[in-house]
Amino acid sequence: MTVVRNRLALAALGVLALLVIAAVFSPLLAPDDPAKQQLLARLTPPAWEGGGSLAHPLGTDQLGRDVLSRVVYGSRVSLLVGIGAALLAGVVGAVCGLFAGFRGGWPDRILMRFADIQLAFPSLLLALAIVGFLGSGLWNVVLVLGFTGWVAYARVVRSEVLSLRTRDYVTQARATGVTDLTIMRRHLLPNVLPHLATIATLHIAAAIVAEASLSYLGLGVPKETVTWGSMLADGQLYLGTSWWVAVFPGLALMLTSLAINITGDALRDVADPKAYRR
Amino acid sequence: MTTQAPVLEIRDLHVDFRLAGGPVHAVRGVSLTAHAGETLAVVGESGSGKSATMLAALRLNPEPPCAYPGGEVLLDGRDLLALPEKRLREVRGNDVAMVFQDPMTSLDPLQRVGNQVAEVLRTHRGASRAGARQEAVRALDEVGIPDPELRARQYPHELSGGLRQRVMIATALVGRPRVLIADEPTTALDVTVQRQILDLLAELRARHGMAVVLVTHDLGVVAETADRVVVMNAGRVVEHGTVAEVFETPRQQYTRDLLAATPRLEPTS
Amino acid sequence: MTTADTSRRTTTRTTLLELDGLAREFTGPGTTRTIAVDDVTLTVEDGETLALVGESGSGKTTLTRLLLGLLDPTAGTVRFEGHDLARLSPAEMRALRAGMQVVLQDPYSSMNPRMKVTDIVAEPLVTHDVTYRGRRARARLRERVGELLESVGLPARLQDRYPHEFSGGQRQRVSIARALASSPRLVVLDEPTSALDVSVQSQVLDLLVELQRQHGLTYVFVSHNLAVVRQIADRVAVLRRGRVVECGETATVLGAPRHPYTRELLAAVPRPDAYRTRTRTGTGTGTGGGTTGV
Repeated sequence: MTVVRNRLALAALGVLALLVIAAVFSPLLAPDDPAKQQLLARLTPPAWEGGGSLAHPLGTDQLGRDVLSRVVYGSRVSLLVGIGAALLAGVVGAVCGLFAGFRGGWPDRILMRFADIQLAFPSLLLALAIVGFLGSGLWNVVLVLGFTGWVAYARVVRSEVLSLRTRDYVTQARATGVTDLTIMRRHLLPNVLPHLATIATLHIAAAIVAEASLSYLGLGVPKETVTWGSMLADGQLYLGTSWWVAVFPGLALMLTSLAINITGDALRDVADPKAYRR
Repeated sequence: MTTQAPVLEIRDLHVDFRLAGGPVHAVRGVSLTAHAGETLAVVGESGSGKSATMLAALRLNPEPPCAYPGGEVLLDGRDLLALPEKRLREVRGNDVAMVFQDPMTSLDPLQRVGNQVAEVLRTHRGASRAGARQEAVRALDEVGIPDPELRARQYPHELSGGLRQRVMIATALVGRPRVLIADEPTTALDVTVQRQILDLLAELRARHGMAVVLVTHDLGVVAETADRVVVMNAGRVVEHGTVAEVFETPRQQYTRDLLAATPRLEPTS
Repeated sequence: MTTADTSRRTTTRTTLLELDGLAREFTGPGTTRTIAVDDVTLTVEDGETLALVGESGSGKTTLTRLLLGLLDPTAGTVRFEGHDLARLSPAEMRALRAGMQVVLQDPYSSMNPRMKVTDIVAEPLVTHDVTYRGRRARARLRERVGELLESVGLPARLQDRYPHEFSGGQRQRVSIARALASSPRLVVLDEPTSALDVSVQSQVLDLLVELQRQHGLTYVFVSHNLAVVRQIADRVAVLRRGRVVECGETATVLGAPRHPYTRELLAAVPRPDAYRTRTRTGTGTGTGGGTTGV
């Protein structure tokens, strides 16, 4: 049982490692320039299909651009958006949750009311509205997805802090004269970190998919930048005839999101210092 | 009075916990007997194996890690360790009942206490809903719960710690068990409440002629309530006898240390 | 002697802690009010052990939180070393805390499971003495923590372990070491042995007595166990429903209680020699023998 889980987690970690390598070394790994159009080689099928060639292992799209190269380059945006959004939302959410949970009173009420209001809006709709307002662009997408995601972190941190702050060791620290900020940093944050990590993995996967959705709708990253979302958008027109244009970026998206979720589960299992010793 | 055959007899019981880090021999050859109408105290500190022994009596230790490599638990001469699970369920709560230390975690927080008492009758006696309910109220009354009709309709969190423990005792007694195993039944309670619960147990034992096995770490409680004592340490019985024998002429150094460590109200004479 | 500078002004050398007309109410849901502590006036002399005795709901926990300044009273004052806690600025209050420490009941929840013992014991040190902070001071800090652990009967090398690697009794020793780190004058012991086995309990009580003698400590010892109180306390205050119903020398209160509640409490304590004189309800038929008198 645990062995199976470990193997699965190992495979997931492998996929993620591959993703990071692809993102960092895109120029070295991609066989071709992802923007180079070869109108004579439009919609070439993958190498193993009739009419395919090794020059374009995963085929080409409607403008004759190499699909493999585009999938490799697309990982850069996905990774950046996923990690960026999670980092931003995590920091904002953790700080808000810590203060709200530990101090209580009116800051808590205001913050949590604000969170409720934000949750009442469908997050993709909110993201669409903000992107429409700020304009598209990679960093705006990160900002928007980070901003729409902070509530989940804040709520989990707050409820965790509410129970932690009555623990004897927090009382003990207060009785010793430790300042509130130090208590939050030393006693509360380390104990909520594993929970944060779990939400972060879910959020990274969700942000990657959300970026793809935004790009698919044409509201994400500018057209010149390759993303899996815009590839999907391009490819759907040709699904009947040239499936590879949409399927490969879709597969990459699904595998990444799955791998991140599995890694998150595994992380949660080992996060407890008491769980496994020696 | 103890010449008759014991109701419950544990013979050379071994209990192992097979954990990832290697097996732990929690109980290493424990033998004891409990007779109708008497209180046997099982005394020991944490890790002595006293709770594992008692849970083994009803095979309630979680069984993937737990195993019984040897010994017998005889109820009227029938070995409970050899019974199939289905037959064992007929024994639990019916012939042998248990009361645990923490009534808050052993009662279901989402069930009215009357239903929890009645459940025993419905499972073992196939009593009707109305009949079981009536019997439950009577049981609550018997354990000294004031206004039992009203209390039966309340939830565990609406009761004080002492009342909850009385509910637990009512649940244990409603099936008219012949053996009542009480595992630290008063440890979580205030002293004045502890005194009431101990008195209640003694009274019910006398009235119904049960055998009571009282697990405790408190030698004061033993001296107040028990007829005989078994002292356990590191999974073994290190001493047994009547309370007077064990307290006045302890044979083992461990028992002497335990007696010396027990805080006393009066300066020791 | 470390940093608790100016606040170390001993007023009369006798009274260390003064509670005067102390009260605390809690407002529950709606307008329900509970008076947890009701008009408590007590003094604790320098170097003595005062026991606070009471059952659940007696207000003993609230009272300790009030005297530690962790909770504000609704009426009355707490004076420690002559300072009215309510009149201190937050910074002054924090500085004062070096002089009063607490050991809590549950040895499992009183330590951050993610911190090593070094950092747990050192928390009062780094909080009140800047010279113990930072990487440079680490060696000195470890040395001090080692000394503290040895003073409570634990090997210094155990400081690199995590709390879950210790037994209940060892953890309580770690808690005591932490309480001593800032060289306090007052230590509030909140049921420090009630979660422990009897043999461990008696060792910890002996240790507390020894430490008190060495360091001239003052103890406020909260307990529900009168037998333990008899062993350790000079004076006893019996609490019931937020009020002190009886207060005096331990021998007097336990030997000749005046208040009916104290008598009830005493009568309820199970006595290890009760088997000799047992006549309680339903107590078997007595196997004869036992009553040889002695």
